[in-house]
Amino acid sequence: MSFDISHTLVTVAMAAALIGALAGVLGSFLVLRGQSLLGDVISHAALPGVVGGFLIAGGRSFAAILLGALAAGALAGLSVQGLRRVAGVKPDAALGVVLSLFFAAGVVLYSLAQARPGAAGVEVFLYGQAASVLRTDLPLMAGVALAVLAVIAALWKEFQFVSFDPQGARAAGLPVDALETALSVLVAIAIVLGLALAGVVLMVAMLIAPAVAARQWVDRLAPMVILAALFGAGSGVVGAALSAMGDGVATGPVMVLAATVVVALSLVLAPGRGALAQALARVTARRRLQRRQVLDALRGLSVEHGNPGHRSEEAMIDTYLGASARPVLERLEGEGLIRRDVHGPDRRPHWALTARGQQAAEGRE
Amino acid sequence: MDALHEPHIACHIEDLTVSYQERPVLWDIDLDIPPGVMAAIVGPNGAGKSTLIKAVLGLVKPVAGHVRIFGQPIRAARRRVAYVPQRQSVDWDFPATVLEVVLMGLYGQLGWLRRPGRQARARAMAALEQVGLSDYARRQISQLSGGQQQRVFIARALVQEADLYFLDEPMAGVDAVTEAAIVALLKAQRDAGKTVIVVHHDLQTVARYFDWLVMLNQRIVAQGPVAQVYTAENLRAAYGGQLALIGALDGSFETGKPAPTDRAP
Repeated sequence: MSFDISHTLVTVAMAAALIGALAGVLGSFLVLRGQSLLGDVISHAALPGVVGGFLIAGGRSFAAILLGALAAGALAGLSVQGLRRVAGVKPDAALGVVLSLFFAAGVVLYSLAQARPGAAGVEVFLYGQAASVLRTDLPLMAGVALAVLAVIAALWKEFQFVSFDPQGARAAGLPVDALETALSVLVAIAIVLGLALAGVVLMVAMLIAPAVAARQWVDRLAPMVILAALFGAGSGVVGAALSAMGDGVATGPVMVLAATVVVALSLVLAPGRGALAQALARVTARRRLQRRQVLDALRGLSVEHGNPGHRSEEAMIDTYLGASARPVLERLEGEGLIRRDVHGPDRRPHWALTARGQQAAEGRE
Repeated sequence: MDALHEPHIACHIEDLTVSYQERPVLWDIDLDIPPGVMAAIVGPNGAGKSTLIKAVLGLVKPVAGHVRIFGQPIRAARRRVAYVPQRQSVDWDFPATVLEVVLMGLYGQLGWLRRPGRQARARAMAALEQVGLSDYARRQISQLSGGQQQRVFIARALVQEADLYFLDEPMAGVDAVTEAAIVALLKAQRDAGKTVIVVHHDLQTVARYFDWLVMLNQRIVAQGPVAQVYTAENLRAAYGGQLALIGALDGSFETGKPAPTDRAP
């Protein structure tokens, strides 16, 4: 029994790693081209194809399901294009209409199919079930995934150009329409391959989340794609393993939760683009500015009084800064650039530039 | 191979008509730009200046008419043509370095399955040198200023070593120093025998920068050497709706005082 569990786990982990990596790679292009929604449409639209494949093959046949899902996804993609080009519907509206239409058709088919004896197991495609992936599915999965990656490697520079500047690519003589279609077909293949694991509802997250997370950490396309593949594989394996160990937990949601953790961490922690780094940079910039302002104010006041060591009232500096100057003053005091002096009837201290402070204020630091 | 049609003309356009959903944007354009000139295309907003370039490059499908580049259809002449799109037409947050963007200029020439090698890199670096950005080769493109972005795009065109350059508003939103640098660069290309065609928005500088002028307002209003075309009458015909501006221009025109731009409110 324990052998069975580890056996299943290995199969599941391998499949999840494969699918996660593939989705991460293609998702990078999808995200960079601003077409994340297209991934959502293709995956939802695959449902009627999956159920159709089930019904036609009379049972769980991996190849039949893949073909059905691909056909449905392609039909959905063409419908979106048709609505946009022929009927002039706005892109987001066209995507929304096609997504809901195909998904509705899929759910109706799915309800009908459940009554049939041959359709046992079709439900795993809704939310994904890692345990449903069989060892015998792996070679086909791996073969298709490798073929997709090989195409991307072969057309790398073309896909890069088209993603960055489609007009420029067209002017340079690249067949932009064909390349964009090829990219969409590859995305559809990746989606269809991942359906049994992640499910039609949440598959899109496996495309987008790793790419968004990867973009945070790197500034070039190749590292981004590789990192997205690693993030995708990682969250795939974690999600699949967790759900395979739990009782009947759908895999898709767990994978997506794992990927979301990666995204959240990346959005906050990444150097440069992360929220934390940006907040830090803002604080540093503001402090530097305020420090400069206070030094300038003190210098201005001392020049007006004809006394480099002139003691200025803190309230005047507050007014100049438009906020309480105390934190800035204390930092400058710590640096040894100013000194405080409490005297006279005023309770609040006066501040004067030290000799070093005078140099700093004149820009001779 | 098709017989050459008007091979002695850098860019020959005949009967070109372009429409966006039934609305004509360009109407019956007949245009000849001789080789070795630096030409400006000017006209009011909505005159179809960018569309004209895009139609020539095959980015927009014309309803009627034909285009020949040195006597050849654009498909056959891609190698001889380089295009600098409007800077805002791409997302500068794309994960790429300056050098990678310049290398893209060579992708069309490299052919399928070939990666840019050492020689391509050397050419890209030389193009960056020309626009004064060699120190920025490894910089991420989102860190560039607007003027630097523009120069990266120009380097991407220069690396192609084309005979005919199309630039869409290369001077829009760049500072005076960058503008002067770009103009000097383009003039050098012209002096080297290349043909440069620029969509331009600033009437003040047309006479100083260019030697050939095309005035456009959905139709061709006038075309020819700047000295002949840059007249108050033609300006009035092209910018008809903005007569007040042109009136102000009339006085300044002969005296050489700065003329207003078509960007005025």
